[in-house]
Amino acid sequence: MTVEPTPASTPADGHLLELRDLHVEFRTNEGVARVINGVSYHLDAGETLAVLGESGSGKSVTAQAIMGILDTPPAFVRSGQILYRGQDLLTGSEEQRRQVRGKEIAMIFQDALSALNPVFPVGWQIGETLRQRAGMSRGDARRRAIELMDLVKIPGAAKRIGDYPHQFSGGMRQRVMIAMALALDPKVLIADEPTTALDVTVQAQIMDLLADLRRDLNMAMILITHDLGVVAGVADRIAVMYAGRIVEHADVRSLYKAPAHPYTKGLLESIPRMDVRGQELSTIKGLPPNLMRIPSGCPFHPRCPYVQQVCVDVVPHDLVLGDGRTSACHFAQEVRDDSAR
Amino acid sequence: MFRYILRRLLQMVLAFFGTTLIVYALMFAGQGDPIQALAGERPVTAAQRAYLTEKYHLDATGVGGFFYRYFDYVKSLLQGDLGQSLTGRQIGDILQAAWPVTVKLALIALAVAIIFGVTAGVVAGIRRASIFDNSTLVLTLLVLGIPTIVLAPLAQYLLGVKWQLFPPTAGSQPTFYALLLPGIVLGSLSLATALRLTRTSVAENLRADYVRTARSKGLVKRRIVTVHVLRNSLIPVVTFLGVELGNLMSGAIITEGVFNIPGVGFNLFRGIRTEDGPLVVGIVSVLVVVYLVSNLVVDVLYAVLDPRIRYE
Repeated sequence: MTVEPTPASTPADGHLLELRDLHVEFRTNEGVARVINGVSYHLDAGETLAVLGESGSGKSVTAQAIMGILDTPPAFVRSGQILYRGQDLLTGSEEQRRQVRGKEIAMIFQDALSALNPVFPVGWQIGETLRQRAGMSRGDARRRAIELMDLVKIPGAAKRIGDYPHQFSGGMRQRVMIAMALALDPKVLIADEPTTALDVTVQAQIMDLLADLRRDLNMAMILITHDLGVVAGVADRIAVMYAGRIVEHADVRSLYKAPAHPYTKGLLESIPRMDVRGQELSTIKGLPPNLMRIPSGCPFHPRCPYVQQVCVDVVPHDLVLGDGRTSACHFAQEVRDDSAR
Repeated sequence: MFRYILRRLLQMVLAFFGTTLIVYALMFAGQGDPIQALAGERPVTAAQRAYLTEKYHLDATGVGGFFYRYFDYVKSLLQGDLGQSLTGRQIGDILQAAWPVTVKLALIALAVAIIFGVTAGVVAGIRRASIFDNSTLVLTLLVLGIPTIVLAPLAQYLLGVKWQLFPPTAGSQPTFYALLLPGIVLGSLSLATALRLTRTSVAENLRADYVRTARSKGLVKRRIVTVHVLRNSLIPVVTFLGVELGNLMSGAIITEGVFNIPGVGFNLFRGIRTEDGPLVVGIVSVLVVVYLVSNLVVDVLYAVLDPRIRYE
């Protein structure tokens, strides 16, 4: 099965970053887990794409495939293309891919405490990128590291440059992580659940910071999250992933207004609402599928309230809805009309 | 940190008195007639007996008498006098002659453990499940499984006697070359443990999140391994080797015995065998200090290597 690249307004010179029908599998002793099954999405300069999904839906693996930092083995990219400025990264040499990392596409991770090296001062870690990749001297790298720490609003940056990661609060650590990712002025920033490990109040600060930086530095951003609340204010478009596929793809406004995939609909309905009292919280019943035994047909069918025989038998194609959005559901139209009501 | 070291030093004083007391008690509690032990086979005249009883306060009996003699001993110990062995030699002189030999042996053993153990451990950790990794696993298990009492004579026979690559015994003034084979035998145990520890630590750190970060920064693989991974992996290894050096400094009874090396362990073993109480207690008292100091050094080193460790 091939999935058409997600249709959207394509600029004349092509997309900044485009994934075409990416397949990734994990080969383990227990068997082969098909983690990414034909993911296609694109990112244009200066925009924010949110990739939404539960744990195990493949959103982080997709990002690591773009960066080329998957652990091989067990992970293998089986097929597909990752085009950056029209060049397929997957066919490039390791050295070419390394040049792209950090300089063109940078990434920040979920848990900054484990993502930073515990035995080196933060200033050293930020400066390392500059020394190793941009050939800066020790002194220049240090000065630039302080500037970067100022940029991400770490108070007293010059004084804290010699501190170790464990001496920072969670929010400040994530800022260090961001400063490190910004060191080489990347064009694309991938943020992999950047606020999941943080307190709610700090989450908002980090998201605001990311949105501001994205605008000021004119980057494009891929925001990976499982939290619908985080997405609303920041993203331009949303791609919803389930079992290694993109099940729905839409601009934020229309997706929130009327989701066209039962899974997205379920996600939105399971957000607790403060204005409705005494109603039981709605959940999506069942569990995400085991990626070694993905259900036949539509992988969501065992949990879907709209399930029919066709869902068990036929894998749904991306259905293009009127307003340029897609949904991989046999009953996309119906679901959207239901949601709009 | 300073306060921590000070507190540890005070604890060391207690530990020192505790251990010397126990060793002193064990060594002399079971002894029937210390004067006869001192004289050996020769008969002891009544005048000699009276003189020695007076000199060592042997007339005081029971627990009180024991402590009387123990404090006597500690008093001279604190003045730097380890006393005389039953053979009449100053214990201080014996140690002065034996220690350099033991230190040389310990350094050779440690060098063997570092050069071969740590290096092979790093390679095995990087190439997990490779042929190299699996063969080091088998070899280290073999070495760890064979007791030194078997390994030492075996190496002595094969390498020293049969193929004559090394001198089979060291003799009274051992050269570096003569200490090489005993050093390798002694170091092989530390080598095996250091190898396993390094391998596990490297393999674990290679999977750490910060390695993923380093890769996403676009660093070359070589730098990720030699700077990021090694700096973290070697923390437990250095700590282990520090403790190990402390152990090796206290002498190796079996290895020194088999290869006839006049080190600390050799003298200690002779003291135990000939029931030379003063010699055993003297050596052990000094060993306790060496051990306590080396442990303190390792703890301080640990805090220097790992910034997350803070002593208050």
